[in-house]
Order: sequence, then structure tokens, then C-alpha cells
Amino acid sequence: MIAWTIYLTFGGAVLLLVLPRALARWIALVATIAGLALGSVAFVATPIADLTQFRTIVLAPWVPALGMNYHLALDGVSLTMLLVTGISAVSTVLFSWDVEHRQNEFFFWLLLVVAGCYGVFLSADLFLLFVFYELVIVPKYFLIAIFGSTNKEYGAMKLTLYSFFGGMFVFVGILVAYVSGGSLDLNQLSQFEFSPQLQSWAFPVLFLGFVVLAGIWPLHTWAPTGHAAAPTAGSMLLAGIVMKLGSYAGLRVAMNLFPQGFEMWSKWIAVLAVIGIVYAAAVALRQRDLKFVIGYSSVSHMGFALLGLATANALGVSGAVLQMFSHGVIAALLFAVAGRMIYRRTHTRQLDALSGMNLSHAMPFAAFAFVVAAAASMGIPGFSGFAAEITILIGAWKTYPVAVWIAGAGIVLVAAFTLRALKLSFFGEKRAQDEVTKDTAVNRKEFNPITIPEKIGACMLMLTTFAVGVYPKLLLDRIMPAVETMRFLK
Amino acid sequence: MVGLVTAIILIPLIGALAVCTWPPASAAAAAGRLRNGRPIALMFNVISAGCALALWRNFDATATELQFVEHHPWIPAINAEYLVGVDGLSLLLVLLTSLIIPFAFFARPAPESRAFYATMLVMQSALYGTFTAQNFVLWFLFYEMSLIPGFLLIKIWGGENRDRAATKFFLYTFLGSVAMLLSFLGIYLAKGTFDFAALASFGKTGLLSGSLAWLAFAGIFVGLAVKVPLFPFHTWLPDAYQTAPTGVSMVLTGLLSKMGIYGFVRLLLPLFPNEIKIIGPWLLALVVCSIVFAPLAAWAQRDLKRMIAYLSINHLGYCMLGLFALAASPAVAATIDTQAALSGVFMQIFNHGITAATLFYFVGLLEQRRGLRDIDDFGGMMQRTPLLCGWMSVAMFSSLGLPGLNGFVGEFLIFKGSFALAAAFTAIAVVGLLVTAIVFMRAMQSLFSGPLTETCSAFPDLLRSEKLVVVPVTLLMFAIGIAPQFIFNIFNTTVVQMARLLS
Repeated sequence: MIAWTIYLTFGGAVLLLVLPRALARWIALVATIAGLALGSVAFVATPIADLTQFRTIVLAPWVPALGMNYHLALDGVSLTMLLVTGISAVSTVLFSWDVEHRQNEFFFWLLLVVAGCYGVFLSADLFLLFVFYELVIVPKYFLIAIFGSTNKEYGAMKLTLYSFFGGMFVFVGILVAYVSGGSLDLNQLSQFEFSPQLQSWAFPVLFLGFVVLAGIWPLHTWAPTGHAAAPTAGSMLLAGIVMKLGSYAGLRVAMNLFPQGFEMWSKWIAVLAVIGIVYAAAVALRQRDLKFVIGYSSVSHMGFALLGLATANALGVSGAVLQMFSHGVIAALLFAVAGRMIYRRTHTRQLDALSGMNLSHAMPFAAFAFVVAAAASMGIPGFSGFAAEITILIGAWKTYPVAVWIAGAGIVLVAAFTLRALKLSFFGEKRAQDEVTKDTAVNRKEFNPITIPEKIGACMLMLTTFAVGVYPKLLLDRIMPAVETMRFLK
Repeated sequence: MVGLVTAIILIPLIGALAVCTWPPASAAAAAGRLRNGRPIALMFNVISAGCALALWRNFDATATELQFVEHHPWIPAINAEYLVGVDGLSLLLVLLTSLIIPFAFFARPAPESRAFYATMLVMQSALYGTFTAQNFVLWFLFYEMSLIPGFLLIKIWGGENRDRAATKFFLYTFLGSVAMLLSFLGIYLAKGTFDFAALASFGKTGLLSGSLAWLAFAGIFVGLAVKVPLFPFHTWLPDAYQTAPTGVSMVLTGLLSKMGIYGFVRLLLPLFPNEIKIIGPWLLALVVCSIVFAPLAAWAQRDLKRMIAYLSINHLGYCMLGLFALAASPAVAATIDTQAALSGVFMQIFNHGITAATLFYFVGLLEQRRGLRDIDDFGGMMQRTPLLCGWMSVAMFSSLGLPGLNGFVGEFLIFKGSFALAAAFTAIAVVGLLVTAIVFMRAMQSLFSGPLTETCSAFPDLLRSEKLVVVPVTLLMFAIGIAPQFIFNIFNTTVVQMARLLS
């Protein structure tokens, strides 16, 4: 049944092409809600015992002569990723409610990205996974190149070329796995013993190819420019789900297939991850464009996910999966506030300009949402970011104690740039009292109020990060058992 | 009684006569639309397409031997026979020919001349003949028969620089053909037969001995490598593709280049397995050069047609990669890899035919609207002509091998198969995929997005007549990309059999 997330989303995209414009956003909303509902039902209804193995749900021959199957499977990790995809997708549609420019086309590309992501998270066949993985690139390009802002062609191009560049390595890695393992089926391949010598070079090829998309340092430079150029919906999807494709596939494919290669290289991944955490946070501290700040914060947060993967113990890896979920929600919220609530109304994202506008008075709801998002992003207890990062750090403590200390410094930097952005954007310097009241009065009139869809979308994201922050067990119960059965754990 | 295959070969010839003679010249002016002969040419295309479909329908996909064989003595003195028949590969190419030629007739800008259509029809007949002939003399006759129309089409109706390009095209291919002919004479003197199947059975034991074998190999190799073309025999191609009228470029890239690959599959690989094994790495090095350097050259081009021409070299390079990888692999290769590579090559033959022709078609549409076709002459078209840009992007994505579209299936299979057979070369060849992507992304960016160029602002979007051409072709691309099985079914048995023969 969960396979219908893919079909319904694709179906919605096709409908958008034929039905008139007036229905466009409703179709997109229905399709994404359907996806989220299916994910939630599966989340509630599937017994936890069934989520420990990557269990087949659909298996049909595709090109039988060549061993390609249409093979979908589900375990706790992919279910978690499906859920965050659903949540990001619904909120993205809500935050795109007033898109006017070429509406059908906009939602068409948007649904294609979402459908492709569902496909990657469910694929149990390497070929199929690669098809979906590459399929996400094109709609992403168009979302940015057509509907983006700041330097959109450059951003779209850079992102696409980085994706293809990573895809090239992935392609070679898949061929290696197929040629030596004799199968494309992930479950069969993860039983196969590849020779250590092969693993030692095949693992980095495959893993690096995937995590280009997760923004691993130093291959992260596409992320800030891409995020800044993308329309709000694009940034939300990009940070919310697409970046997770890289870390998810790195875990599901590279680490599972080549455990010994992973063992050889894991400390280097940890090094890159830690550099990414600290470096991106430091750079974010100096940015003037709010979207660039958030773009770099995404790189920093994904660094935590990669560090979690590199720990190679159940706790750290589960924390990484939780971080993927958590960051998906938080980044979506941050971009929604920055791109939709602020930029659409003030037409600027420059922190210097925003600091004079006293936005906390003009847009109290936006200010509230941003404070929550910032708190979650900083890792304040009670929000999902904390639950994820603490799990990662505890996991990392066992393997790389030094990394924990450096990453801890990174957390301080994250807090610093988040507070700076928060202060400058919403709580700028107070001016003379009369000037402020005058300004505010003007602002209140000038800025359209926050709309209902925007409020629903923001509340949904806030509630999710809060719920997971308070009760992370909800997800960890499903993630941990699935991670524990994976092969790279000793 | 004329068999189906002979009918397919003859119908375009009759069509060429009809286009030339009917309606008579005096009535032509009054006939209006019939003036340029296109409707008549198309009518004959429909008939031959019908015959090709009938062929497909009656084709037994599980049979291992040649089907629809027609066998008549022709020149008994030299054992030349009229022997035609189809197997999976031939059928695939016959279908492709029936598809591309009418497609090319719709291309713009097109010469307003009856002779043009008549020449194209002669070319079509030659192509059908080449893909179905099973005796070397007959095959060579058709192979050469395509050369003259090709030369004329470029020479008479080409654009700038046509004389030079036509001469270059003719000289390159003709010299290649002569080398090939001499080689075959040598083989004939030694073995006394021109029959493909008979010759292939000698391949294993060594057709010729000593330096004579190498001489014959070199002759045939050069002849075919020029036709495909393979680096460094490719330099005629960009000139010819660039200057030829759109429709001719479509046929050149979609079909004529396939004659070379067909020759490699039918002749060189079965006849010289030992020679290929010995110099295999060198051949693969040439292929990798084709794959990597051609898109780099494409990157540097300003003229869109020239750009696509260079990318064609890259795409045909993938075909050659699959073929040489399976022929040159020193160890006894696993059957599944050989089959994957071969299936991929066949798939790529078909896909590249469709996709490259579509790309040329679109460049023709741009040229028709603008009068020029340099990449700098366009900009921001997405704003005025979203449909044109959208459908053109699909063709571009198909060409750069995006999953879900046809190009990916063939390339994936080729890489999958050749990786097992020649890992290092294949790994380097993957770079070609990336460069191709860069070339297309850059083209898309400067054509479609950015500020609207003034000269592009008055462009009409896709016209109804253009949509009628574009939509079916695009649907076919998606169909093959999503459910390629119906194409595989055509050549599956042939692949299994050839893989057995070659390994």
C-alpha cells in the first residue's frame, strides 16, 4: 500500500498537466496529503517487528533478461524518511499557495521531486534507485531556473552539475557492485561478500557520489547558492528532502554493501563531517543574505548526520537518521519564514536592511515561527534537533571522542549565527520611539498579513519538531531496530 | 512473386520515380501543394512503413535463423547472390528507417524541390537494402548506393561550405569503401564465398593467415570506422552534419551512422575475433577518445548543429564501446555481460537514431524561426515559447541519458555489460556522460533562460503541424524509457545467438 505514495504523487503530477489552472494547487495539496496520510497510516499500522528488515512490498520483473526488477521495500529507516518527505511536501504546497507564475508547471515539477524522493526511499533495486535518484535532478533544475530569484540560472546550473558529477561516481559504484555481486537487488547484494580490496576503493566512490547531494565538505558549495537561488518551495524541498537522498543512499547502499570499505574510510568521513560542521557554521556567521545563512546552516546540520553515519554504531547511525528527519522539518520551516513570510513581503533578504524594519512588530506570527525554528536549529532541548544531535554525539563519543569536542564547538557556532540572524532579521536595533511607531504603522499596512495556509504549514512543521523533540522514542523505536540489523555494525 | 523484404526495398525506389514524374511538370505549377513532391514521398513512406510493420508482426521473435529469406542467383561467376532476410537486428534497423525518413520529411527548413525528395527516397531504399542484405556483394551495392544520394543531398541543398563538406564526406567514405572492398576481394579469393553466415563460420578458425589477415582487417576496420565515425576518422562528420539541410542531417546521424555500426556487428566482429582480441585495448582507447573528446569539442561549438554533430560522435562511441568491450575481452566472458553489452548496443542504435534526429529537428525549427542557429543568437526563449523549449528539453534530456527516457536504457546496459568486460576503459568513458550533461545544460541555459533576446521575442510557439510531429516521437522516447521490453523482444533472440557466436 505504501507504494502508492509514489503512484499518487506521479498521478497528481500528470493530472496537473491536463487539468485547468484553477485546480492546480488543490491537486498538489491533495496529492501531497495523500502521500503523508499513507505514510502516517503505515507508521501507525505497521508493527515495529516488521520494520527491522528491509522487507519487500512490491516485486515485479522489469527487464528480466538483465536482472532488473521493480522492487520496493520498507524498513524503519525508509519509513522515517517517507514521513519527513510527506510532511515537507504538504507544507511546501501550503507555502506555495499564492504562486501565480505558471502555476500548473510549478506544482508539476514540485510533485515530480516529491515522487522521485519517495521512489528513492523505497527502492530495493539498485537500478531503480538510480533511476529515481537521477529523476529528481531535472525538476529541481526547472524549479530553480524558472521560478527562482537571485542568480537563478547560475544556482540551478551549479546544483545540477554537482548532482550529475556525484551521479557519475554513483553510476560507476553501481556498476562495480553489479559486476562483482552479480545482482542489482539490494537485499541480495547486502548478503554478498565483496573482496576487501574491492571494497577499499568502491566504497569511497559510491559513498562520495551520494553524499555530494548531502553537502559534504568540500563538495558543499552548490548548497548555499542553490538554496539562495531557489524559490521558497525549492529551498524547502532541497533542504528538507533532497539533501537527505544523499545521506540516505550513502547509508542504504554504500555502507550496507561495502562494510569493510566503510570501516577503512569511516574516520575520514568523520573528519570531513566535522570540518563541514564547523566551517559552514563559521561561514554562516559572516553572511549578509538570510537565505545564505540558512543554506550554510543546512550544510552544518547535514555534517552532523554524516558524523552520525561515520560513528558506525547503532546509536550514532540512528541519530543520523533522526537528524535527517529533524533537519528536514526545521530547514523547511526556516526557509519558509525567510523566503515566504519575510522575502515575499519585504522584498529583501539582506540582514542589514531587515534589521531596520522591526519585523517582530510587523509580523508577530512570523517572528514566533522563526524563534521556534531557530531554537530547534540551535538544538535547544524540547525540539527535534536536540534529540538528534545528542544521540549522534553520544554515539560519536564511543568512536571519536575528539570529534565530539570539535562538533560541540560547532554547536556553539551554530547557536551564534542563528541568534545573530534572528536578532538582525526580526529584532533589529530600536529606533526613536515615535519613528518606530510610525514605521510599524506603515509596515502593518504595507505587509500583507500572514495567510491561513502559511499559518497551517508553519504550525504543522513546528508541532512536528516539538513532538519529536519531546518524544523522540516514537521514531527511534522504529529506526534503531532497522539500523541494528544492518551489516556494517559489528 | 516479390517477397516482403524485396517490396520494402523497392517501394521507395518506385516512390522516387513517382515523385520525379507525377504530376507531370506542366501540371506541377497548378498542382500547388504537390509542387515539391512531399505528399507523394510521404505516401510511399506510409506504404513502406506499413510493410515494415507487417514484417514486425509476422516476425517470429523466438526463431534463431534468418526470416523472410529470399534467395536468387545473381552473378553465379563470383558467387554473388541476391540474398535478403531479416533477423532481430535487421528488423530493428528497418523499423528505425521507416520511422526516421518520414520524420526527416517534416523537418524545416526544407528545400522546395522534387528532386530532393526523390533523392531521399533513393537513400531510403539503399538503407533498407543495407540492413537486410546477407551477401557481401549485395550489401556493398546498397552500402555504396547510399553514398551518392548523401553526396548530392549535401552538395546541392546544403548551406554554407557545402562543396567542401560534400567532397570531404564523399572522399572519406569512398576511400573507406574501397579499402573494404579490396579486403573482401582478398577474403573471397581465399574462401570463395561472400555469404555472411558462411564467412562468420570461418571466423573462429581464422579467416586468413598472417599479414594478409591484418591487411584485410585494417581495410574493413577503416571503412567502417569512417562511416560510424570513430576517432580519429571523424573529421568529415561535423562539416557534413552542419551544412546539410535539417532533414538530411537527421538521416545522416539517425541512419547512415548506423550502417557503420551494423557493419561492425555483422562483419568485423564475427570475421576477425582473434585480431580484435590482440589489438583490443588500442581499439578501446580510440573509443574512449571518441567518447570523451567529442563532447569536449561540442562544448566549444557555437553552431548548434555542429554541437549536436559532435555529441553524435560521443553517443555512437557508446555503441562502439559495448561492441569492442565484448569482442576484446581476453577471458571467457560471462554470457550475461556479453548479452547486456550487446542488448545495450542495439538499444542505443535505436535510441540514438530517434533522439539525435529529434534534436536536429528542433534545431531546424529554431533555424526556421530565426534564420540563424548560433547558440548566441537565442536567449530567454522560455518566456515566449514555453512549449518549444519544453519539448526540446525532453529531447536533450533523452540525449544526455536521463532515467525514464530512452537514452538511459541503452547506455546503462552498455556500461553494465562493458564494465564487467573492460572495467578501466568503461570507468573513463563515464566522464563522457558528465561532459555531455554539461554541454546540454549550458545549451539549455543560454537558449531557454536568461534575458529575452529581442530577435526571439516574435517567435511563434510550436505550431499545430509541429506538435503533430513532436508529440508522438516524445511519447516513443518515454515509452522506451519506461517499458523498454517491447524493443528488447525484437532482438532478444538475436542477441543471445550473437553473444554465443562472439564469445
